[in-house]
Amino acid sequence: MSPKQTPSQTVGPYFAYGLTPEQYGYDHTSIAGPALVHGEIEGERIALTGRVLDAEGQPVDDAMIEIWQADANGRYAHPAGARGSNADFAGFGRAGTGCDAENRFVFETIKPGAIGDGQAPHINVVVFARGLLSHLFTRAYFADETSANAADPVLQTVEEARRGTLIAERRQTATGPQYHFDIHLGGVRETVFFDV
Amino acid sequence: MSKHHVRQRDWQSHPPYTHPPYKSTMLRGPSKPLVPIAQTLSELTGPVFGHECVAELDSDLTKNGAKNGEPLGERIVVTGRVLDEDGRPVRNTLIEVWQANAAGRYIHKVDQHAAPLDPNFFGGGRCVADDDGRYRFYSVKPGAYPWGNHHNAWRPNHIHFSLFGPCLATRLVTQMYFPGDPLLDLDPIYQSVPKGARERLVSTFSIDATEPGFALGYVFDIVLRGGAATPMET
Ligand SMILES: [Fe+2]
Repeated sequence: MSPKQTPSQTVGPYFAYGLTPEQYGYDHTSIAGPALVHGEIEGERIALTGRVLDAEGQPVDDAMIEIWQADANGRYAHPAGARGSNADFAGFGRAGTGCDAENRFVFETIKPGAIGDGQAPHINVVVFARGLLSHLFTRAYFADETSANAADPVLQTVEEARRGTLIAERRQTATGPQYHFDIHLGGVRETVFFDV
Repeated sequence: MSKHHVRQRDWQSHPPYTHPPYKSTMLRGPSKPLVPIAQTLSELTGPVFGHECVAELDSDLTKNGAKNGEPLGERIVVTGRVLDEDGRPVRNTLIEVWQANAAGRYIHKVDQHAAPLDPNFFGGGRCVADDDGRYRFYSVKPGAYPWGNHHNAWRPNHIHFSLFGPCLATRLVTQMYFPGDPLLDLDPIYQSVPKGARERLVSTFSIDATEPGFALGYVFDIVLRGGAATPMET
């Protein structure tokens, strides 16, 4: 008999020193943090920011967000990335929402390119929190990629009224372009989460 | 691109997003069904973390937080294999762990439980599975701790685990429990997992894994979603 999947459990309220120690100021190294760009990297530098909100609209201060994205040329740093990987850009980030006065996550990254299979540029987002018994998969698309978004097969799977929950708004800030992506765990604006 | 596809999350094995006895799921678990999508390169790739992420003491929680001596508590060694649903080892995959100290206190700043911190115990570490999927780390047995979910609520002894596996779709965060813990029957987080599956979260005591005169051995095998390409095959 083949083995069965190990069940998921919540990340709980105390993940910070284990999974995001540097961000939270613990004396331990992190495998990844909110800054994905180190040194010179091809591509437009952006910030991906947002909050995690519960079904009553209250910001969640103990969520952990992970992002996974391609580089500016649409390459994932993984052996299955058919077009080869970019050794200078790992494309993975991790941030807790407990270090910011507004409980935002703030990733410093680059805008990914299209990966070449008809999908619009996007950042894969994984949500963990106390009270989430299994993690959630969603995606942040870019508001200024109107025509690519209109042709994106994943966005087309989503009912039109809810598609907007997957679009990050572009804002120009003093420190550069920022895409804002609030994640609603419930309520009328509940974000679309995927079974992948 | 890869023709591999990862098997679906098995919802007979995973807990539902809302489980009323675990109160904070009610405002945090989504109420709309997940939207199924075809897997693409975005889900079939993922971050690659291996041996380069693990320093010498990372897999020994009895030493990685030591300041002037050894942590208090019952020394344990936790070992097992990371497999996929086809029974194949998941090789060289990173495992991150974190836990309370022997008194049931986390070093985390918001843990207000009136149990002592241990100056010689940090509680976080990591290790990497070998070519056979086997991992091992040393620690002390974590204590039970109270939480605010309901009157007289106590979490059973547990260690938190985080694994990546071969790609984003195989990501897993879970908790390992200890055999014979009377709190398991009363814990809404453990009980949220369907009966028949939750038992997989309970490690087994093993005299073979026990190191004579040194540490009690617990075995915990972890099964990730199957079907993913391994880096060796691509
Ligand atoms: Fe815990």
